[in-house]
Amino acid sequence: MTMNVAHDPPGAAMPLVRALEVLRANRRDDEIVIPTMGSAREWMKFGDLHPLDFVLVPSAMGHGTSIGLGMALARPERRVIACMGDGSLLMNLGSLASIVAARVPNLVVIVFDNGVYEVTGQQPTAGAAAGRMGTRPADFAAIARACGFDSVFECSDAAEWGANARRMIDAPGPTFIALTVEAVAGGTAPHSPGPAPTRARAFMAALGS
Amino acid sequence: MFSGEQISSLLEELGVTHVITVPDSTIGRWESSIERSPRVRLIRVCREGEAWQVAAGLHLGGATPVVMIQCTGLFESGDALRNALHDWKLPIFSIIGYRSFLDQAKLPGDTCLVFTEPVLDAWRIEYRLITSPGQLADIGTHFRECRAGERPGAALIAE
Repeated sequence: MTMNVAHDPPGAAMPLVRALEVLRANRRDDEIVIPTMGSAREWMKFGDLHPLDFVLVPSAMGHGTSIGLGMALARPERRVIACMGDGSLLMNLGSLASIVAARVPNLVVIVFDNGVYEVTGQQPTAGAAAGRMGTRPADFAAIARACGFDSVFECSDAAEWGANARRMIDAPGPTFIALTVEAVAGGTAPHSPGPAPTRARAFMAALGS
Repeated sequence: MFSGEQISSLLEELGVTHVITVPDSTIGRWESSIERSPRVRLIRVCREGEAWQVAAGLHLGGATPVVMIQCTGLFESGDALRNALHDWKLPIFSIIGYRSFLDQAKLPGDTCLVFTEPVLDAWRIEYRLITSPGQLADIGTHFRECRAGERPGAALIAE
């Protein structure tokens, strides 16, 4: 099943913080959330982390989808939500094919597409119109559809995302949600919320691993 | 050097739950046997960097993964393994095909021979070089030692 919620007007975008607030409000207690890069930076500003938040800082470039795939395979009873920037996803596009090949109905990939490498100074990505001499931007939802994701959504309106987020997350997976967001002015790389090995052990304990 | 059945049986004996792989002409021949195993699941990825991070997610979720790639893929996947093995200190075990170690006629001057072992040393991955069929048990011994010590390790399979 492939679904489209919206075809938004060109140039429409929602604030990243608003998009994440919607996710936070809709996230169920037993779901794993993997924020990366800009989404991690803003996610941590909301306050105390959930025990099943796996803030992927430090990270390897573009591998939020891959670590999410591993968690989804290990924990089929839980939904895993991997939050990616468009720059990160471009670094690991092949992971979308790997996800489909692994048949993980419990994995949701959300790409927060702002068209730039935000944390390095907002240089356009090779997928953005500005990064390819004004031609059409890369269509991440179309890529996910072509890879074979069971459910694919795209949205650039915060109200619409807010109204449909839970339904999108609950759709038969693997699921891909492309959200068009505004770049955060001055957005820097996220700080680690603590020593990574300690957090890995705490996360495993929370999962009962 | 080893049959798919030998490798599959060994992985089962070791309690491995998932093998994340990009094939080469040696380790790729083991795939069908691993796929037939009722206890080990084969996970195909597109590029080797993915394999380390999928393994990281599996380990965090309580599974026992093994990464199975060629040394060329090891070269490709530095950032991914650095993050998984050293930032997060996850003890991921790998089986790595060592191209041109046994057969240097096919690719004369293959620089895999120059760089593979120094790269493993640089990434601080403790490896055992496997050069003969009699060393199958050594893979298991090294796996168990690494697991007991909660450290990463590799079996380097001469090709």
